[in-house]
Amino acid sequence: MSGPSTFVPKSAIGRWFESRLPVMGLMHSSFVAYPVPRNLNYMWTFGAILSFMLIAQIITGVVLAMHYVGSASQAFQSINDHIMRDVNYGWLIRYMHTNGASLFFLAAYIHMMRGLYYGSYKPPRELLWIIGVVIYLLMTATAFLGYVLPWGAMSFAGATVITNLFTAIPVIGTPLAHWLWGGFAVGAPTLTRFFALHYLLPFVIAAFVGLHVWALHVTGQNNPDGVEVKNVERDTVAFTPYATIKDIFAVSVFFILYAWLIFYIPNYLLDADNYNIANPLVTPAHVVPEWYLLPFYAILRAIPNKLLGVVALVAAIVILAFVPWLDRNPVKSAKYRPAFRFFFWVFVAICIGLGYIGSQEPNDAMTMVARILTGGYFGFFLVVMPVLSFTEKTRPIPASIADAVLAKKTAEA
Amino acid sequence: MIRFTIKALASAVALVSIVGGVAFAEGEQPKPPRESWSFGGMTGTYNKAQLQRGFQVYREVCSNCHALSIPFRTLGQSGGPEFSEDQVKTLAASYQVTNPEPNDKGEIFKRPGTPADIIPRPDGYPNDQAAAAAFGKAPPDMNLLAKARKYERGFPWFVFDALPGLQYQEMGADYIHAILTGYTNTDDPTWNLYYPGHKIAMPQPISDGAVDYKDGTPKTLDNYSRDIAAFLSWAAEPNLNERRRIGLGVMIFMFVLAGLLYFTKKRVWESAH
Repeated sequence: MSGPSTFVPKSAIGRWFESRLPVMGLMHSSFVAYPVPRNLNYMWTFGAILSFMLIAQIITGVVLAMHYVGSASQAFQSINDHIMRDVNYGWLIRYMHTNGASLFFLAAYIHMMRGLYYGSYKPPRELLWIIGVVIYLLMTATAFLGYVLPWGAMSFAGATVITNLFTAIPVIGTPLAHWLWGGFAVGAPTLTRFFALHYLLPFVIAAFVGLHVWALHVTGQNNPDGVEVKNVERDTVAFTPYATIKDIFAVSVFFILYAWLIFYIPNYLLDADNYNIANPLVTPAHVVPEWYLLPFYAILRAIPNKLLGVVALVAAIVILAFVPWLDRNPVKSAKYRPAFRFFFWVFVAICIGLGYIGSQEPNDAMTMVARILTGGYFGFFLVVMPVLSFTEKTRPIPASIADAVLAKKTAEA
Repeated sequence: MIRFTIKALASAVALVSIVGGVAFAEGEQPKPPRESWSFGGMTGTYNKAQLQRGFQVYREVCSNCHALSIPFRTLGQSGGPEFSEDQVKTLAASYQVTNPEPNDKGEIFKRPGTPADIIPRPDGYPNDQAAAAAFGKAPPDMNLLAKARKYERGFPWFVFDALPGLQYQEMGADYIHAILTGYTNTDDPTWNLYYPGHKIAMPQPISDGAVDYKDGTPKTLDNYSRDIAAFLSWAAEPNLNERRRIGLGVMIFMFVLAGLLYFTKKRVWESAH
């Protein structure tokens, strides 16, 4: 989409530099001249919001790492006594980081659901979508590792539950778990390596975000009408100033929500049990992950067999990577797919329902509902998508983005 | 965006209500009543006099069994009980603290406390095991207690708890107040109305008249429970006053900025159509 840059720096020094290392031209073609479809709605601002959250998490995380002590005997105190009480504005940085993780996931889920709704995974954006799934996997790993670091009761329980999943793998499971733990149970060596990995993975995420943006700039953005750009003049606007100002506005609104969490309800999303120090002899009465992993936790618990439960848990995420081939309907946007749109909202409700079940203590009735919803979760991908690929009666799609915009204007007038 | 949200919310509410109905069919025990706190709401702050009374309750009652691992100096910090510098010094000096380093002869020694020291553990229970041996369960350190205790709010209340104006962050204080006033079975000193399962390891610790308030506050169990709950809330979250102050500024700034950006965006996009 972008093509060779026509950017020519104004100053002589700029031109000297540009002819040797065309960084400014790259920035110009990627973030200034880059054409974006003119019909994008606010759902398309979550890429910018996610970039903002990633940067916020990395900056606050690096500052926290300067004060945190990654040792089993001191980790809890270094956060709750040192950072939260004595470090200047340590409480602010810590609340930003821990609530930032939640908002990072909230934005990621909206971003992913938008991709599903508007068919952003369809050709030619399959690889772009798969890189996104990899980023999401890395995010869950990073969030899990980070959740262990305060070494509270729930950190310890969470680390135990998740690493124990590896023991379900036949033959190599138990040795693998011992290798991960650095011992025969979650303990001091586990915490130290989790800290190292938690510091490493965000930079891996950043690298994949680079690939994600690169792939995006090759194919161009999808849009609410799901028709490709045909005429750059008529169908698109320049990234700067149009998309930039819209993104900055969206980030500022999202920041208000972020600030609300940080300053007014900083402990709303946190588990009270994690303010008790980890004690291998005392397991919390009710072990639950953070909200953003609850649907997967519900799927795990819905399956009575441990190995199959783990398989279902992994499959629930990995299946996303296959979506470009499960849904073969040439019409991208759910706007023109009434049946798909209906099932999409059912799917959203299923995810939220699974999340609620994941937060509750299991009982027979609950497990029954969890099984039905788990069936629904996979059914959306394995039944609804392939069947609707060929049977759905789609509505006529507009000839071009410009036509779609004009039609909407006429309808409004 | 709005359509997205409304549809997802509507279906989720329907689904969660069905699932939630299943959960509520089970037996429930009473939830701690929601009290009114000076530090609740959007602009609430700690009440200095209440925190001072709460500290008195801690010192005269709770400290017999519970540690409170915070430095003495924090008792003089702004946004807390705000004891004067001299009061904090005198208070710290009234405790005997084990020096972390040995003296020149290599002996570990005790000395009077200074404001920089952490409040020492109760004399009777040098470690958790000693306390557990006496009560069956170690009395928890109280420095984070108000944040380490919550109770299930259930659907749909937990949704409202996050909303501006309705937000609820004082669950720990309500829980502590409820436990202390929950010893309603006079035949059994370890029966508690609000403790999960009703069987609590801590025998009733405090009753009317146990602490002699100097400021004329009625010496009732309810007031003691309220004051210690407020004090422990401060101990767990000493920066709340500052957080609310900065938060208000950030909110005003962000709303103005977002408003200006919105109009800038509108202006920029006018040329695109």
